[in-house]
Amino acid sequence: MRNVAIMSVDSSAATGRAVHKLDRVVIRFAGDSGDGMQLTGDRFTSEAAAFGNDLATLPNFPAEIRAPQGTLPGVSSFQLHFADYDILTPGDRPDVLVAMNPAALKANVADLPRGGTLIVNTDEFTRRNLTKVGYDGDPLQDGSLDAFTVHKVAMTSLTRGAVDARPELEVSKKDAERAKNMFALGLLSWMYHRPTEGTERFLREKFASKPAIAEANVLAFRAGWNYGETTESFATTYQVAPAKLAPGTYRQITGNAALAYGIVAAGERSGLPVFLGSYPITPASDILHELSRHKGFGITTFQAEDEIAGIGAALGASFGGAIGVTTTSGPGIALKSETIGLAVTLELPLLVVDVQRGGPSTGLPTKTEQSDLLQAMFGRNGECPVPVIAPQSPGDCFGATLDAVRIALTYRTPVLLLSDGALANGSEPWLVPSVDELPDLSVEFATAANAPDGSGEFWPYLRDPETLARPWAVPGTAGLEHRIGGLEKGDGKGNISYEPDNHDRMVRLRQAKVDGVVVPDLVVDDPSGEADVLVLGWGSTYGPIGAGCRRVRRAGLNIAQAHLRHLNPFPANLGEVLRSYRRVVIPEMNLGQLALLLRARFLVDAISYTKVAGLPFKAEELQGVLTDIVQGVER
Amino acid sequence: MTAVELGLPAIGALDGVPTTDQKQTAKDFTSDQEVRWCPGCGDYAILATMRGFLPELGLRRENIVFVSGIGCSSRFPYYLDTYGMHSIHGRAPAIATGLSVSRPDLSVWVVTGDGDALSIGGNHLMHALRRNVNLKILLFNNRIYGLTKGQYSPTSEVGKRTKSTPFGSLDHPFNPVSLALGAEATFVARALDSDRRGLSAVLRAAARHRGTALVEIYQDCPIFNDGSFDVLRRGEDAESRLIPLEAGAPIRFGKDGALSVVREGFGLRVAKSDEVAESEVVVHDPADLQLAFALSRLSDQDLTHAVTGVFRSVSRPTYDDAVRAQVAGVREAQPGDLGKLLRGRDTWTVA
Repeated sequence: MRNVAIMSVDSSAATGRAVHKLDRVVIRFAGDSGDGMQLTGDRFTSEAAAFGNDLATLPNFPAEIRAPQGTLPGVSSFQLHFADYDILTPGDRPDVLVAMNPAALKANVADLPRGGTLIVNTDEFTRRNLTKVGYDGDPLQDGSLDAFTVHKVAMTSLTRGAVDARPELEVSKKDAERAKNMFALGLLSWMYHRPTEGTERFLREKFASKPAIAEANVLAFRAGWNYGETTESFATTYQVAPAKLAPGTYRQITGNAALAYGIVAAGERSGLPVFLGSYPITPASDILHELSRHKGFGITTFQAEDEIAGIGAALGASFGGAIGVTTTSGPGIALKSETIGLAVTLELPLLVVDVQRGGPSTGLPTKTEQSDLLQAMFGRNGECPVPVIAPQSPGDCFGATLDAVRIALTYRTPVLLLSDGALANGSEPWLVPSVDELPDLSVEFATAANAPDGSGEFWPYLRDPETLARPWAVPGTAGLEHRIGGLEKGDGKGNISYEPDNHDRMVRLRQAKVDGVVVPDLVVDDPSGEADVLVLGWGSTYGPIGAGCRRVRRAGLNIAQAHLRHLNPFPANLGEVLRSYRRVVIPEMNLGQLALLLRARFLVDAISYTKVAGLPFKAEELQGVLTDIVQGVER
Repeated sequence: MTAVELGLPAIGALDGVPTTDQKQTAKDFTSDQEVRWCPGCGDYAILATMRGFLPELGLRRENIVFVSGIGCSSRFPYYLDTYGMHSIHGRAPAIATGLSVSRPDLSVWVVTGDGDALSIGGNHLMHALRRNVNLKILLFNNRIYGLTKGQYSPTSEVGKRTKSTPFGSLDHPFNPVSLALGAEATFVARALDSDRRGLSAVLRAAARHRGTALVEIYQDCPIFNDGSFDVLRRGEDAESRLIPLEAGAPIRFGKDGALSVVREGFGLRVAKSDEVAESEVVVHDPADLQLAFALSRLSDQDLTHAVTGVFRSVSRPTYDDAVRAQVAGVREAQPGDLGKLLRGRDTWTVA
């Protein structure tokens, strides 16, 4: 297998077969949208997690719910990278490709390196299905797959046979065949020595209301396992030992789940009720789904009539003293712009989550991109600054959310949290934090008059000298009745003011408040201390950039890496960091938005490397780009 | 998807909003801000009525919130010494929904206009009514855009000449009461800005209604649509145009009750009282949706007739009460445990 060091070869006492020990493997499950590939991938991920491997995943599915069966647009895949060391990406190319039909083969085989393992479900390779995706002949017969180790398995009929052996279950042919994804999972679980109890338990719980279907899936899963165990076609099995991660308790988590948990934790740690106003949109909807399940924490979720009502209701709740949250993606963030502007001038806390996807317009709903940075920074009328934060990995969505809420509450401002499709649906092991160690987010509402002139009045726009935040006086507080709105307010008293100097002062004060948000310094990873080139990223590119840097360093070259979580304001030491390196490279999944900001702000002649393919960067690709730049500088 | 029995609570109109025994006056509800509407604007009369009416509720001033959108009417909150938010064009019902759902101890009012509520904010108005959020929505209808200096609105009559329609407007107008009834409103009423008694009566009824109450207020814009409702205020036939509603009473109006409302087909018509039998005169029932709708259709765009009072008032569980009950129920049955949530079901330990 490519890029995989075989650590040692054992012989399995039980089967007499060779057992190869690997340090890492990339598997891609691919099939029709209705074949349950995401579920299969999720289960294998859980098995790998339970076994203690480090892992990273990349789901990749079409925007259509069920494109016509067996067609190329209907192909859905799930790539999983698991290893015995800490890995950073879901892997560039699969070592093993499972293709459930000809469409899945055609759409994915180009990514499989020579020598890779291909497992195909031969039952679906009918003349009709082949023709549907434009195969003239049968690739399983014509020698076009000779570069790979091909395992031809009649998964559909083997699954049906396994289920038919239990006629008392009265499972229909269709339902029996639908369990073929569990056959594939069973086979792969056998090949990689994965634990199986978790999956069997999962299936019985998932189909608790349909015990016969649960049993059919378990039978299929076991049939897949037994197929590997008893047939002679698989000469080798593989072991990937648990990873040596930092001590602690781990779980597997997706970015959307981590982000939702961050919101729950923010409510718990602030003692404030959480109000989520949201409108369903891919790929952000799972945050709404997740939070809807957690009413036990006093969380209110409101599925609004549109994106604007979602953020409007959240802002109304913030006015009332809740943590107002809205979640969206793509065109949804454009619709929320006006209300973000109102929140900026009202100076109320608000968390705005944008799970970025391919744009413009409807764009690529299920694919990832980082192209909303400039919209987050500037996409409103007027001078309208908001803090912007971006998590760097699925698990980091938790901490980034707490950080965003901290800033929103401390500075009474909307905060934009920029996740993306790769983080949202991707997963990784996550060191479960201890609740006691989470930050204290408690806030104090205004309770008394504050006028500096001793008049006994309440001035809603009198600022805290340190943070420049205004008091948060919630309705129900006697004596602090006040009116706020979108019109410009007089400094201090907050009454409508069209006075020229006042507007100039208020615009600058709002900017100064956001500029003054305290964020940690940027940390640079420069192991040799001799690098001339710094690669700077933000958001979900952390994994591929890190993996790319490791490869560059393994080749004996020096490179420094830094990753921005805070995009507004930037860390105070950013300018100094940028000036410390001869060249700065900025890889982004957009056309150079961070590079534009850094050039404007620091006059740094950064090299922008960009790609907008809807998929994360590959480590190999960045290795090439970075190597060329490092060698160019050293030359 | 399955439906479940929700077991919703029945709650009184202003239950949960703290009251006060201290005597309140209109002055207590008057903020220190100078009122900046044009001289002669109908908004002055509505503001005066509101300031005079609010003390009657006996609520603590700090527990009353006015939320508005954009437009002349939406300056309203600045002039009341309660909590207030002057928000975004059309979005006040959405913002007020978030506030109302999260704060059962507040009496939340929305002030909006015909452009704000029915044009840019039509979607939010419709959905607030459908959900039956505990909001009192006051729709000041002057049938014109005032703040932008005189363009036709979604309630302007066809053919209206305005700055943006120099050859006459081609838009067919909304009937706001019909619209609200079609949007599942549980309370719909109408009043005239200058009719202090009638306006106070519908405000009173609206305040006592738990759920979304829509009150359409005919309001004059003396600058861009001057005298638009004058035929209902003065002149000999004003009495024969206005049809005031009273629950349980036969709908008679005009001088000495000379006119009556009677059924005709699926709708209603106006008849001379002496030409119809007493039994034919429709008795107003605010619980009868079909009657309410038919009454709303009696109100012509040209004001030949204008029905005022409470068209519809029925009890239906409110959205905000239901949301809170559901959260409280889950909280009681399965209280959140953050540590447990974060650990999830499958963990492993690295030593």
